[in-house]
Amino acid sequence: MNIVVMGCGRVGARVASILDHHGHTVTIIDTSSAAFKRLAPDFSGDTVIGTGIDEDILRSAGIEVAEVFIAVTNGDNRNIMAGQVARTIFNVQDVIVRIYDPVREDTFRRLGLGTVCPTTTISAMIIDQVMGTSASLVRRDSRES
Amino acid sequence: MYIIVVGGGKVGYYLTKTLLREGHEVLLIEKDHAKVETYFERFGAVMLEGDGAEASTLAAAGAARADVLVAVTGEDEDNLVICQMAKHKFHIGKTIARVNNPKNELLFKHLNTDVTVSQTNYILGLIEQAIPDRAFIHLLSLRHADLAIIEASITAESPVAYQMVGEVTLPVSCVIAAIARQAELIVPEATTEILPGDEIIAVTHRTEEDELRRLLIID
Repeated sequence: MNIVVMGCGRVGARVASILDHHGHTVTIIDTSSAAFKRLAPDFSGDTVIGTGIDEDILRSAGIEVAEVFIAVTNGDNRNIMAGQVARTIFNVQDVIVRIYDPVREDTFRRLGLGTVCPTTTISAMIIDQVMGTSASLVRRDSRES
Repeated sequence: MYIIVVGGGKVGYYLTKTLLREGHEVLLIEKDHAKVETYFERFGAVMLEGDGAEASTLAAAGAARADVLVAVTGEDEDNLVICQMAKHKFHIGKTIARVNNPKNELLFKHLNTDVTVSQTNYILGLIEQAIPDRAFIHLLSLRHADLAIIEASITAESPVAYQMVGEVTLPVSCVIAAIARQAELIVPEATTEILPGDEIIAVTHRTEEDELRRLLIID
């Protein structure tokens, strides 16, 4: 698949490197060339310097032939806008946008964007672990008594 | 009217000041604490510190009862998302977004902000009109149908000089609305002759503006 990733932070670099490793054609966009150092040493995809909310930058990253667009910069609004550009202007099939703010995530999921909210996901995982631990503590307590 | 302004830069500041003077109920939302403190001294309690894209900030601003929201931060992505949150989460009737990069104007319209204000385009337009001796001037964009009103100065070299209006094959969505000849305003008929020195006022679809320019000014 042709995949465009916007944002080469820890998540973006990891996602791009793994997808590239699996044989997909990956292009990654970041405003800073230094960010590309995070990519795996054997990353064979393209890198584009610029902001993904600019149609011309997206075009030069091959958005017109992309089946997947992933927006994982640190800015919720930037990810949301880029995701909407990819979907409404370039008709990209699958758009995945990271949104930290749960309310914004909910609003834009309802508007049809593919969204991932680390805040709710990670909170749920932590709470599960805490509850799991306390549940096993409770069990042990009752056994001991 | 209750108007929420998001973004306390120069535009937001003067907009708030003007709207207050006109007697509207205004609330200015700004992220930066120092700015909020400065403005608070000048405006009193019409400031709210916070991120206008956050639902909690908009809720605290009483967005549900606002008539208009204007997003005028320096970042297009923020203005877009603020307007979309206002519209879809708080059902504010009218949202107005400032567009910093003219390239984004069309996208904003696509994505349902009611009004976009592109100061770059606006200033460009004013400058273009102020440059003397330009033969073809874009006077105004009409938002609803993507129409523009243009003015063309006819010279003896213009392809249409000495032709009758009825002989000119205009692009499909163009209408010659008026001809200004010195102090006289002529409502054109098919037999009206176009003369050097005439100013032609035409309404055209934006996509046909260049074609019209070629037709009237350069061949």
